[in-house]
Amino acid sequence: MEENKPWALVADVLGEGGHLQALAHVLQQHFTIICHRDFLKDPALHGPKVQALLMWKYLPAAEPALLRLLPALRVVSSGGVGIDHLDVAFINSLGVKVANTPGVVADATADLAMTLLLASARQLLEGHRIARDPMTLSLPQDLMGHEVTGATLGIVGMGEVGYKVAQRSKGFDMEVMYHNRNRRSREEEQAVGATYCQSLDELLRRSDFLVVAVKLTPDTVGLIGRRELSLMKRSATLVNVSRGVVVDQEALVRALRAGTIRAAALDVTHPEPLPRDHPLLRLPNALITPHMGINTYATARRILQRVVDNAAAAVRGLPVPNEVTRPNL
Amino acid sequence: MSHLRYVRCVKKLWALAQRLWVFKTTAQRHQKVMEEEKPWALISEVGGDGLLEDVTDVLTRHFHIISHRDFLQNPRLHGPRIRAVFQWNAQPVAEPALLALLPSLKVVANGGVGVDHLDVGYINSVGVKVTNTPAVVSSATADMAMGLLLASARRIVEGHQVAVDPKAAAPIANNLLGVEVTGSTLGIIGMGDIGYKIAQRSKGFDMKILYHNRKRRSVEDERAVGATYCPNVDELLQGSDFVMVAVNLTPETTGLIGHRELLLMKPTATLVNVSRGLVVDQDALVKALLCGSIRAAALDVTHPEPLPRDHPLLSLPNVLITPHVGTHTYATTRRMVQMMADSALAVIQGQVVPNEVTAK
Repeated sequence: MEENKPWALVADVLGEGGHLQALAHVLQQHFTIICHRDFLKDPALHGPKVQALLMWKYLPAAEPALLRLLPALRVVSSGGVGIDHLDVAFINSLGVKVANTPGVVADATADLAMTLLLASARQLLEGHRIARDPMTLSLPQDLMGHEVTGATLGIVGMGEVGYKVAQRSKGFDMEVMYHNRNRRSREEEQAVGATYCQSLDELLRRSDFLVVAVKLTPDTVGLIGRRELSLMKRSATLVNVSRGVVVDQEALVRALRAGTIRAAALDVTHPEPLPRDHPLLRLPNALITPHMGINTYATARRILQRVVDNAAAAVRGLPVPNEVTRPNL
Repeated sequence: MSHLRYVRCVKKLWALAQRLWVFKTTAQRHQKVMEEEKPWALISEVGGDGLLEDVTDVLTRHFHIISHRDFLQNPRLHGPRIRAVFQWNAQPVAEPALLALLPSLKVVANGGVGVDHLDVGYINSVGVKVTNTPAVVSSATADMAMGLLLASARRIVEGHQVAVDPKAAAPIANNLLGVEVTGSTLGIIGMGDIGYKIAQRSKGFDMKILYHNRKRRSVEDERAVGATYCPNVDELLQGSDFVMVAVNLTPETTGLIGHRELLLMKPTATLVNVSRGLVVDQDALVKALLCGSIRAAALDVTHPEPLPRDHPLLSLPNVLITPHVGTHTYATTRRMVQMMADSALAVIQGQVVPNEVTAK
């Protein structure tokens, strides 16, 4: 019944020869898929058939130029929970719904936050480099890291991801403090042994490791800037799994160079990727990963399943489980 | 003031001054005597391949230390004074040739818990005790084990390389998919201090924990971390997404993970080793990685250390190796050296010796 399946426009990675081709079958349950590259060969022919735009890592970009070519579009179904890359109000104004995938990204993202924290604290990448270096003839006795067990972890943003980070760090006997717009319940705090910090400044002053796990909103742009970095301990490590612009990158570069903080580990930057000559790429105390927070086969599959379920509901005129109606909530 | 009162006042001040002077010189003499009474200890060196300079104050508070190089300048002069050898990174090597030069030696205090590099039986036979540093190394090593597991699972090394590569065509790394840690199965071989702390840490990731150990842990211990005992290690190997090796090196554990064990593991599984290099058959590991019997390996220990520069393990893309840094934090290193100093002092002063290791 291929002819009856509605058409969906997808990113090239999910098309033939794409890196995620193996997961395309998840989408093909409900849709006939056409990847962006093929679509562009004849937009006039393909455009009117497309009812769903399925986004993976910001692609295909839901820009006016593209949306204009899709008169039958019912939904932009985005993989991931962040929607800062979408002009929801504009898309809605075209009569098109927007959906995201909360609830399936948090575990993998929290795991990556812990990975970055441990890798930075214990100099894992430097150790690996030394272990493989042709010039290494003896074990480096001076390759020293910083103790994670018993250290103070400060979490900025105690949503799903932040809370799961707290759960994971409890096993390391870390002292967990958090700052959030809303305080969590007493039971939730006790379950992970987390202490609420009304003052972000206090959190900054006391943390050995600071994990930033907030949503990107107008209030969180540049949340960690020159002032905040100067309040942190000189021995502290900054971990960012939110969005690049939550941290003032220029201030961070200065702080890392001057030793204002010990190190930073970032899964997100602005832009992504950074220009190849950006100073962050050459600082020895900066660990950068290319936005891999959800990069496991299992999580990618779960996200795509949610993307498809949301889109299928929209195309059938049913309530969309993860519809986003108000931006920046 | 009357003349009498003045005289009394001066007499009191003079007496006070005399007492202070006596106190001061007594204190100085006491300190001098203490310095002279400090026993001598042999170390490999400060800095370089030896003891971290930042922590030597822990030793010099109670010992005069002499480096191996300086000792060798005049062994007949220095030798008879030495009461303790502090071993760091298995140096200076505690072999008969060295011990023969140290007639007053009472103790070899090892930095680290593993003493597989020491012939404890022989050392005891010449009237010298051996001590190690258990417990104090466990947290840092468990942290490292988790770091290796996560870094391998989530392909951090490759990710960082892509992120900073000046030549990269700037892809967002869509194809760098790792394996899920949350909710996966961790099989721990060796559930001693370190193995148990690894279990505690992995519980927070909702991992299912299997373990194999010579002795089963108590029901309370198991329940506290949600660990299931596997009397048969094969069952653990077949069921685990991550196999964590945290055993002592003994004749029984040499080559514990070989061809057979690697074949039993899932092709999607990751091997993590924080024990000793010899616990894993390295040739078998290379073959298993090349033909996909297992997904990846993360090793803080190899044999030898470091590996020859042309060893295949160094060029496999799915191998993460760190240069035996499981205990390498400033805090843990300091605690280890303190423990070494305390143990050595206890031996020299004829007190109960904490952390003594005897031949089995």
